[in-house]
Amino acid sequence: MPLDVTERAPAADLDTLSAGLDRLQSDDVERRAPVRDALSKTLPPVVLLGALLVVWQLYIVIAEPRPDKAPSPGQVAAALGDAWASGRLQEAVATSLERGVIGFLIAIVVGTPLGLLLAEWKPLRRAAGPLISGLQVLPSVAWVPAAIIWFGLSDATVYFVILMGAIPSIVNGLLSGIDQVPPQLRRVGTVLGASRRQLATEVVLPASLPGYIAGLKQGWAFSWRSLMAAEIIATGGSIGFGLGSMLDQSRELADLAAVLGTIILILAIGILIELVVFGPLERRMLRSRGLLLGGAR
Amino acid sequence: MGALTERAAAGALSLEAEALELSTGIDRSSLADSTTHAGLPQAPAVRLTHVVKRYGAGPVVLEDISLDIAPGEFVCLLGASGCGKSTLLNLIAGLEPLTSGEITAPEGGAAVMFQESALMPWLTARRNVELALRLRGVPRGERRPEAERLLATVNLSEAADKRPHELSGGMRQRVALARALAQDRSVLLMDEPFAALDAITRDLLHEELERVWRATGRTIVFVTHNVREAARLGQRVVLLSSRPGRIAGEWRIRNTVGRRIESPEVAALAAEITAELRKEIARNAA
Repeated sequence: MPLDVTERAPAADLDTLSAGLDRLQSDDVERRAPVRDALSKTLPPVVLLGALLVVWQLYIVIAEPRPDKAPSPGQVAAALGDAWASGRLQEAVATSLERGVIGFLIAIVVGTPLGLLLAEWKPLRRAAGPLISGLQVLPSVAWVPAAIIWFGLSDATVYFVILMGAIPSIVNGLLSGIDQVPPQLRRVGTVLGASRRQLATEVVLPASLPGYIAGLKQGWAFSWRSLMAAEIIATGGSIGFGLGSMLDQSRELADLAAVLGTIILILAIGILIELVVFGPLERRMLRSRGLLLGGAR
Repeated sequence: MGALTERAAAGALSLEAEALELSTGIDRSSLADSTTHAGLPQAPAVRLTHVVKRYGAGPVVLEDISLDIAPGEFVCLLGASGCGKSTLLNLIAGLEPLTSGEITAPEGGAAVMFQESALMPWLTARRNVELALRLRGVPRGERRPEAERLLATVNLSEAADKRPHELSGGMRQRVALARALAQDRSVLLMDEPFAALDAITRDLLHEELERVWRATGRTIVFVTHNVREAARLGQRVVLLSSRPGRIAGEWRIRNTVGRRIESPEVAALAAEITAELRKEIARNAA
């Protein structure tokens, strides 16, 4: 192309030029085949699980350990089958999940406004910040003895322990989410004429969502852990029969197969909630913001 | 919409017509007449009188800045790093309080565009523009067509449903420009909006911005540390000295039609401004 043509291109060409540059600079995201994609994600963990079971079974067959100290995969599955047949398994899962979910929801309802208040009101943040961080580190099981003295062997004890575990996580997640809101987004909000309330609802809250969801995820993990700990320690009274109680009962009966089965069940529920609830939620949010790179997760 | 494209088309025509004319008048105005421009019929869009800015008890950032900006004028504020040009822009935008002096800006403030596009990453390009419309109080039903019209103004109709991370840097800045236009303020303040872009993209954005300016008649105050960019875009280039920031020089460009970054008149003006800028920088060594 002769030089003077590029130098004195008419303005009508600007649209073509900028469209060409846009095309060059934005690469279309390559979509992989969905079946292959799903397979490449599910296959590795399934293969690992199978391998672990094979190693376990091989150990039983080759080393022949005492069955009461090292049950085989089959015995563990049978113990779970027994619990299912007697209805204890369903009852325990239902009780624990119900408590976990209700406790977690209460923690969200309490923790979210608390986090907002701390983020907005600096003196309170300075005063209560270390306490909240400390509470997050404190194992919430430590509250079980106090809770039993306050509330006796009732559901209130369980919920109290869950809340003490989950609320600090949710508050801290929301706080770090709000702290990480880029200052220029607030500035833009101000320039665009947002009121204080609009700035909070239209800019700060959506911008802090990644931190908030991370906090919720951790809050759930803490709820679930605290719940199990509380159920193991506090049994009897008006406390219903949960997975922790089932674990403790099997220990009293020295039934290792049932103990291992229950542990696997608790683990499986944790994985399931992550896969079904938090995983998709987090991925969707991160992908829409371009924060998810590659297909590693 | 109709009126806007018509004006754009008229601008394009006159641009072609005058493309052959290479004579560009460059005026060297003295400091004294920076506040009294002969031949300005209307009241200035932005008027700064003896503006001083310092942060707390720190050094004076801006010292006695007086500047009148006419409606529809394209002014480039040029200066080395630390001359307080961004501070000056923030003062005009009302984002920071001034220490003394007076600033008259249009009612309701000015639209601002920053170096980072600062688009909301969770919203699509169109939703980002719609957010500005909503915060301006545009009724719900009118937002979508208006946002689409504004995106078309910056050549981004096809990218309306993409999110910021799917757009290139230049496209993001154009969305930010559309959002700034959505504010519907007569004054548009731009803080080094193209500084982070590559030269080719910047070159095209200069043309886009010039077209939008001619089409919309906005008053533009454009802050930059790029001498060529200032000489390419401005009707007037105001040079700020550093520490403290004062107005060190002013250049008026009589004929701004048909300028390109590689035009000889732009190069000549840039050379002249650079010489002055270097003098100002050298004074800081002493």
